[in-house]
Amino acid sequence: MYTILSKEMLTPNICRMKVRAPRLASSAKPGQFLIVRADEKGERIPLTISDYDAAQGSVTIVTQQIGASSADIISFEEGEAFADVVGPLGLPSEFLTKSAEELSAQHYVFIAGGLGTAPVYPQVKWLHEHGAKVDVIIGARTKDLLIYTEELGAVCDNLHICTDDGSCGFHGVGTAKLEALVAAGEKFTQAVAIGPMIMMKFATLTCKKLGIPIVVSLNTLMVDGTGMCGACRVTVGGKTRFACVEGPEFDGYEVDFDEAMRRQGQYKAEELEEKEHHVCRIGRGK
Amino acid sequence: MANRIPRVPVREQDPKVRATNFEEVCYGYSREEAMLEASRCLHCKNPRCVGACPVNIQIPDFIERIAQGDIPGAAEVIARDSSLPAVCGRVCPQETQCEGSCILGVKGEAVAIGKLERFVGDEIADRSLGEQRPEVAGGRYGGGAPIKDANGAAVTGVEPPSKANGAAVTGVEPPSDANGAAVTATRVAIIGSGPAGLACASDLAKMGYDVTIFEALHKAGGVLEYGIPEFRLPKDKVLKPAIESVKALGVKIETNVIVGRTVTIDQLMDDEGFKAVFIGTGAGLPKFMGIPGENYNGVFSANEFLTRNNLMKAYRSDYMTPIHAGRKVCVVGGGNVAMDAARTALRLGAEVHIVYRRTETELPARREEVHHAKEEGIIFDLLTNPVEVLPDDKGWVRALKCVRMELGEPDESGRRSPVAIPGSEFEIDADTVIMALGTSPNPLIAKTTAGLETTRRGCLSAGPDGATTRPGIFAGGDAVTGAATVILAMGAGRAAAKAIDEYLKNS
Repeated sequence: MYTILSKEMLTPNICRMKVRAPRLASSAKPGQFLIVRADEKGERIPLTISDYDAAQGSVTIVTQQIGASSADIISFEEGEAFADVVGPLGLPSEFLTKSAEELSAQHYVFIAGGLGTAPVYPQVKWLHEHGAKVDVIIGARTKDLLIYTEELGAVCDNLHICTDDGSCGFHGVGTAKLEALVAAGEKFTQAVAIGPMIMMKFATLTCKKLGIPIVVSLNTLMVDGTGMCGACRVTVGGKTRFACVEGPEFDGYEVDFDEAMRRQGQYKAEELEEKEHHVCRIGRGK
Repeated sequence: MANRIPRVPVREQDPKVRATNFEEVCYGYSREEAMLEASRCLHCKNPRCVGACPVNIQIPDFIERIAQGDIPGAAEVIARDSSLPAVCGRVCPQETQCEGSCILGVKGEAVAIGKLERFVGDEIADRSLGEQRPEVAGGRYGGGAPIKDANGAAVTGVEPPSKANGAAVTGVEPPSDANGAAVTATRVAIIGSGPAGLACASDLAKMGYDVTIFEALHKAGGVLEYGIPEFRLPKDKVLKPAIESVKALGVKIETNVIVGRTVTIDQLMDDEGFKAVFIGTGAGLPKFMGIPGENYNGVFSANEFLTRNNLMKAYRSDYMTPIHAGRKVCVVGGGNVAMDAARTALRLGAEVHIVYRRTETELPARREEVHHAKEEGIIFDLLTNPVEVLPDDKGWVRALKCVRMELGEPDESGRRSPVAIPGSEFEIDADTVIMALGTSPNPLIAKTTAGLETTRRGCLSAGPDGATTRPGIFAGGDAVTGAATVILAMGAGRAAAKAIDEYLKNS
């Protein structure tokens, strides 16, 4: 039983849940994702793993209410159980293969946008524990939508908060902050961007301009997550790759973001119809 | 010839009606029809049908029992060689196997062996389902408190081995030590709950082993669940009882475990006490053509299209997973998967074209599926090969650019290979393209298990008994052969069960 051990709303529509999944918790690594199927009739929804605790046998997921399926996930309460949680899926972050010596010479900068801030956490925590220097730039539209600021503040060297409306921290987008930091003399050796596809596209363009290598984590469509369906196809370096088994992290310079964004919207029409006809099952089984 | 009764026709749903629903196409024989059809068998001294069956079912024997009205007897005969008659009776390519070698087929029509096998399977499932119902009524996990394994992970759908519920536990007593005290049965792990895994698990459980199947998806059945559509293999009526009967033998099925990611084979053997492993992970990776435009919106693998529809039940409005069939669909390929995808798209309301580069004679699909597809109104564009997917201004499929083909000289396989006719390019209007070009094995397990060798085609290297290049690890089915049939996978699973038993007795 994939019981929800704890649940809290981080913002009015972003929810953090700790879910019991012992096998998954003991094998998860930074950079990987999982799939949740809330109930018998639900979709298989890929979510990045925001934390894992092998001792407790739990994984943490952060979900934003966007459509009917994410609303269903969020409707579950502490003590209830999801029908299915499976993973870890995808490859762990590449830095896990680096030696302590290599890591100590690195200065990472993470650019996190919106919901993408949550999966940045296990990566930054791991790097911090292994001696790398890490800066984190969190971007949100406004102050109330910022998440994981305390958690990230505790595990990184410098935390930079940016809001589009200037209600907190730097007034502007994350990429503008990155340019400002570099202009002020920071020498980042590696960037990692996790967030909406459009944000990762612009983070990549900025990094290209600044000459910083960048890794992006692609949140493509998928069904099984094991290489079976091919819904997650992305063009990377001119070749078709499956984000579920060959990703989700790729070299940002090589990713065809425009194609990836177009493919993300492939079921928009069907989802809109689903939303209109969706019978909310909140409160079912009680 | 003495045999004057024509082959008994099987009742089917009207093509016009069934083109709009997902109910099973073929109704199967009634008892009277089955007995009449069974009476046509000549009981050849050297039955060629048996040799043509990949698992050598004693076909004339079970047919004779049907003719006598002894259906349980017929089921017993089949059960010696096959554990999934209701499935194989529906999905085997009988015309190239048993029925293809039936002597009656030389001058007239072969005995309907497949339909008779299906009849026996359905009759038996109906009976044993009645007996099992109280046990499985508790909910989708079979009721009862969840059982935890060594790691505390929930083990779903576990039922204790039981002889009381009519399952064929063939005279195996639990192993005991010299003092007569029960010792724990040897644990065997099966990876994948498709035909190979289910067959291997059944046989090992009957031999007294403690068997756990690990399934990556949330539902057991493998290709029978995600690949073959409801109208050809009804899930609740046929597949569920088949899986329940395997569980009734004491086999545990743990879903949502991706071996190679969630846990490795080495962890299963070193930490969880599994003494042998059978890999029946199938051939699940879709192939694409490598032509320009394959990543435009509206181009899907048949795997994606069928998985959305079958496993995720996208055709039902009460399920959340979306599916995109469009108005005009081109399905590229000529095998069973192509027919399944085409007929699914048709049922979702599209006009559907099968685009295949050879002629009808070479179509690899079961003859019955081609016949059904035509009846339902699928359009066959033969000797046609796609060269490019053309988009509209929003990046969605607008047309499939194809080239006309002609058959050239036979290749080493004896099939005449298709050759493009220069300058014959033309466009087929389409808003959806589904690629059904075959599948290849998933490399995950080979990559995460030291000592497992693979072939050039990415299949696991294994001998005829399923032994891989690493002691204690066996494999069979599509993971070894590449995409093939349900019955061959089942046969491989059974051969491996025998070999695993030998291996464990000698180690």
